[in-house]
Amino acid sequence: MINLRIDDTPVQAEPGQTILVAARGVGIRIPTLCQVDALSPVGACRLCLVEIRNWNGRLVPACATPAQEGLDVVANSDKLTTLRRTILELLFSERNHICAFCVSSGHCELQDLATELGMDHVTFPYRFPSLPVDATHPKFGLDHNRCVLCGRCVRACSEVEGAYTWGFSGRGVATLVEADLGDPWGASKTCTACGKCVQACPVGALFEKGKATAEQVKRPEILAEVTERRPRV
Amino acid sequence: MTTSTETRAAELTKPYTGRPAELIQALHRVQTELGYIPEAAQAAVAETVGVPLSQVRGVVTFYHFFRTTPVGRHTLRLCLGTACHVRGADLVLKAIREELGVGLGGTSADGVFTVEGVRCLGACGLAPVMMIDEEVYGKLDPKKTKRILRGIRENAK
Repeated sequence: MINLRIDDTPVQAEPGQTILVAARGVGIRIPTLCQVDALSPVGACRLCLVEIRNWNGRLVPACATPAQEGLDVVANSDKLTTLRRTILELLFSERNHICAFCVSSGHCELQDLATELGMDHVTFPYRFPSLPVDATHPKFGLDHNRCVLCGRCVRACSEVEGAYTWGFSGRGVATLVEADLGDPWGASKTCTACGKCVQACPVGALFEKGKATAEQVKRPEILAEVTERRPRV
Repeated sequence: MTTSTETRAAELTKPYTGRPAELIQALHRVQTELGYIPEAAQAAVAETVGVPLSQVRGVVTFYHFFRTTPVGRHTLRLCLGTACHVRGADLVLKAIREELGVGLGGTSADGVFTVEGVRCLGACGLAPVMMIDEEVYGKLDPKKTKRILRGIRENAK
């Protein structure tokens, strides 16, 4: 067992466990967005940044950093909340997150995080990009305006479903989640219409057609439920 | 066209069959031969190399080096550096747009020119300056620019 401290609480972790998992084990909450159980950690959203006191206060993503002997971790502080709020503000200003018009309002991880971290306004100028909506799939839709590029759909598609339909195209602020060679979703030859990407999506970017806002509740837990039943290789 | 592009791309990437780690080399090879990587070629590369379509597209769109549209016969590089900017590179660009119908990053409809912007050609004394293939043209003004472009276009026909 590895011994470390998180928010001055002594914590034990198994070798290979991340700081995030160790913190959850003792009931310490660290905000996350791009992390979902059963998918590989990528450290893309940076919301789970924690401070390591004995690494000169270095900030590391808790979801992707293995617990190590003797670490003195700060998981929650005013400084970290400010940092996390800034990250949220950047996410909100990057695309068109208009909660009032979104099918995920009320059960959106981005919205919940804003509430939790007290982000009540955005100090950056909104970019208001002009982005398309792909409604070509018979069962599902993709609205790029609401996408936060967490990559949960991309990982669910490749790691759990094995279809590799979703990928990132472009780079930086112009990155888009697209199917195959940028084909309309409905025309994708690799998509199995399994819907795992939709369940994995933390926001309203991927949604089910024919479902009202109140019914549009996502179940990202299904990914772990599926993989836990698989034989280990 | 599509079928032949596909076959050609498949042939070119044969040495990389089943070697996903060499995707970028395979794409380089296709671009060197075809000048760009159309969708049909991307699909063929994905098939031979053994990489999902979405990942091939990811790589092709991530790196500025890879092109998905054909390049013109001549590459025009207009300098947008400080000296050229001060000496009226914007007027030259306007002349290029008027003459060719495309701006930065575009290829003229007749396929003769691809226009690119560069930051400095190291010929500030000749500002505003542009390069067409290996040839440098300096002390440009809109009239001179149009004359040069027309001359090259005539020769290309």
